[in-house]
Amino acid sequence: MNTETQTTEDSKMWTARLRNSWQRNLPIDKLLPDTQPAYVASWIYVFGVLTLVALVDIVISGLILSFAGPAWYHSSSLGLFVNSLHFWGVQLFFVFMVVHLWGKFWMAAWRGRRTATWITGMVAFLASIGTAFTGYLIQTNFDSQWIAFEAKDGFNAVGVGAFFTPTNIGQIMLIHVALLPLVLGILTVMHVLLVRKHGVVPPIDAQPEIEVV
Amino acid sequence: MNVPAKYIHFNSWLQISVSNLIVIVIMLALFAAAILLPFPGARSKSNKVPGEKK
Repeated sequence: MNTETQTTEDSKMWTARLRNSWQRNLPIDKLLPDTQPAYVASWIYVFGVLTLVALVDIVISGLILSFAGPAWYHSSSLGLFVNSLHFWGVQLFFVFMVVHLWGKFWMAAWRGRRTATWITGMVAFLASIGTAFTGYLIQTNFDSQWIAFEAKDGFNAVGVGAFFTPTNIGQIMLIHVALLPLVLGILTVMHVLLVRKHGVVPPIDAQPEIEVV
Repeated sequence: MNVPAKYIHFNSWLQISVSNLIVIVIMLALFAAAILLPFPGARSKSNKVPGEKK
């Protein structure tokens, strides 16, 4: 053991402890692998990354929409196009995520110490529903008015009407563009890092150590 | 989107909008295709999980 390593391992600094913990749990070859197990060569393993691609589309188009504002995206043809990119990106995001969820459910993806991966995915799904719901509320059309007034009655009925007011477009706008994307972003990063740490889940009948010819 | 949705009624116990039904059918078809269709260009590789020591 050289001096540098000893100093690092003996250090009580939080930075050193964090670095050592990261290197122990998620070394760089796990974080950025260049090979995958043979069983990953299946379409069912594609839907996680497709969900991520749709999320990137949603975030980028959402950033453009938030900077340009409703007057632009309701009236100009380019604004309507970016608005549609955002809307249809969400539809694809949910379709891909549900197929990903079905695939992982039927292969019992929580096996092999992957409980946290499953839980973060599940909570991210719930956060996505909340984000999509608040998105529908800020369309500023008759559809969003109808949804807001139905939801208002629902929230009041369950006793949270004092905290969430679907008819308050300022509140819903901020929840949609700031709070929930932050929560969903953190959950997504955690989910992906956990997938990297534990590896993608093998099919139930896979024998992990067998070389495939 | 400011038009009423078209609904399909099954007997008296289930009703679903056409758009929701289409999305569900697409998801089921995608799931079946993802399970059944062969993955193109699949190369032979080890089943070893990346980063794992042999």
